Amino acid sequence: MAEAAKEQSNGYKSGSNLEKVLTNGYFAVTGELGPPQGSDLEEILHKSQLLRGVVDAVNITDNQTAVVRMSSIASGVLAMREGLEPIVQMTCRDRNRLAIQADLLGASALGMRNLLCLTGDHQSFGNHPTAKNVHDIDSVQLVRMVKDMRDDNIFQCGDPIKFGNPRFFIGAASNPFADPFEYRPYRLAKKVAAGVDFIQTQLIYDIPRFREFMKRVVDLGLHKKVYILAGVGPIKSAGAARYMRDKVPGMIVQDMYVDRMNAAVADIPKEEKKARREAWQAEGIKMCIEQIQEIKEIEGVAGVHIMAIEWEEAVKPIVEGAGLFPRPTME
Amino acid sequence: MIVGEQKPLTEIMEQLGEARKVLVAGCGTCVTVCFAGGEKEVGILASALRMKSKLDGRPIEVDEITVQRQCEWEYIDPLAEQLQGYDIVVSLACGIGVQAMNERFSEIITLPGINTTSLSLPVEQGIWEERCQACGDCILDLTLGICPIARCSKQLLNGPCGGSQRGECEVNPDVPCAWQLIWERAIKFGKMDQLLEMQPPKNWSSSRDGGPRKIVREDLRLAEEGK
Repeated sequence: MAEAAKEQSNGYKSGSNLEKVLTNGYFAVTGELGPPQGSDLEEILHKSQLLRGVVDAVNITDNQTAVVRMSSIASGVLAMREGLEPIVQMTCRDRNRLAIQADLLGASALGMRNLLCLTGDHQSFGNHPTAKNVHDIDSVQLVRMVKDMRDDNIFQCGDPIKFGNPRFFIGAASNPFADPFEYRPYRLAKKVAAGVDFIQTQLIYDIPRFREFMKRVVDLGLHKKVYILAGVGPIKSAGAARYMRDKVPGMIVQDMYVDRMNAAVADIPKEEKKARREAWQAEGIKMCIEQIQEIKEIEGVAGVHIMAIEWEEAVKPIVEGAGLFPRPTME
Repeated sequence: MIVGEQKPLTEIMEQLGEARKVLVAGCGTCVTVCFAGGEKEVGILASALRMKSKLDGRPIEVDEITVQRQCEWEYIDPLAEQLQGYDIVVSLACGIGVQAMNERFSEIITLPGINTTSLSLPVEQGIWEERCQACGDCILDLTLGICPIARCSKQLLNGPCGGSQRGECEVNPDVPCAWQLIWERAIKFGKMDQLLEMQPPKNWSSSRDGGPRKIVREDLRLAEEGK
């Protein structure tokens, strides 16, 4: 059955657009879409319009920051109807191995072809801090489980999958800015050994550290085994830059980003809120474009993952400004 | 050791309801050592209950007793007569002690006076840190003597999540990242390779997930009379 599936997909693992873009040597661009905190479709339709044709595939977050939202798979189906290619995010926080596998069978049947395997933010950050978390398996084990389902036709327990194996292009995250720094490339190596196909990194606001991380990744030869998409995102205001620098666990933001955001509004009086907002947004987009241009030249980087959360309008000007538009059309 | 914390007085008062004669029962083992439910704490709680109930205009008669170990029949069996006449027992033992009392003395209700929190190490005077979750399948050999099941907020087996920074857990900066500690120890002993091996999904059936656990040691059981 696995062989037949492979033939159907012309040798691709999943046949997703993202897989084709990367395997054909294009510099990939992915985006992000946060599902609504409710059951209305409008938000997904609106965000989909802003991202359609601008990126190769779109992450659909899974209860991001542990706040309840429409499910990633359901939102992914809706986004797909709007012409996007979803990357379903799946965290180990909310589901055990039974629930994850059941959802993956369903996601595959519904046409999902990309999956991002994540540990998940701790529930204490979200809107249900008294919830029980699961963490039956971790993200590395999740990668292996999905790969075994796809390539070996087996469930995690070892039983054969009799009625069609789910075919995902398997992704995972890597955070070059978390500690212990020396361990990070090896943790990435573990995910590679587990069978991951692509990696998206945490938001990069410290390019020298990312450069050092990538050097170690290249020294380990990992860039030849996995496609690494560098995480970038436009900063919306000086306050947002400070917040990420000072408050968000696992992030490093160089002072330069805060300083530039401050400088962008230095000549605009505080009461001119609209003008300040526009100046910040223009500077945020400009910095993001510069980041992409710099990161693109780093050895081992196969693409960028643009996280413009609740600011999807920014993605098109960034992709255009970075010279990555139009996106390649795959057969 | 088993560690607990006393419940707020108001919660204990609510539990007591209409009871007019109450026995506060302490335990002389773990909860004594962690200053939650020993003889001294029994005395303090009993006084507090007397004063509070008096202030509320409905004085409760409160007596005190502390046994060496509430989790063993041989230490609680002698209480049988002393329990006569009480409406309620408030136990300051861990959850095991409270249940042992209810099981042995089924005619009287024993209520919990403390919250049993963890299997912890008193790292210094006044500070207890969790060290074991009693998962039933010890992996301390794989993780250089530091348990990620008890000490990683996400119970990860393959290294730190993306929220570890400056040695702190993303959940609470006061909690050290278990994987930072494991990594440092691996470096110290030159065992980094051990952490590059992928650990498969854990078998949780020996943990609480497999249902209540029970150990039967036939070699230790006493032969039943008449057999």
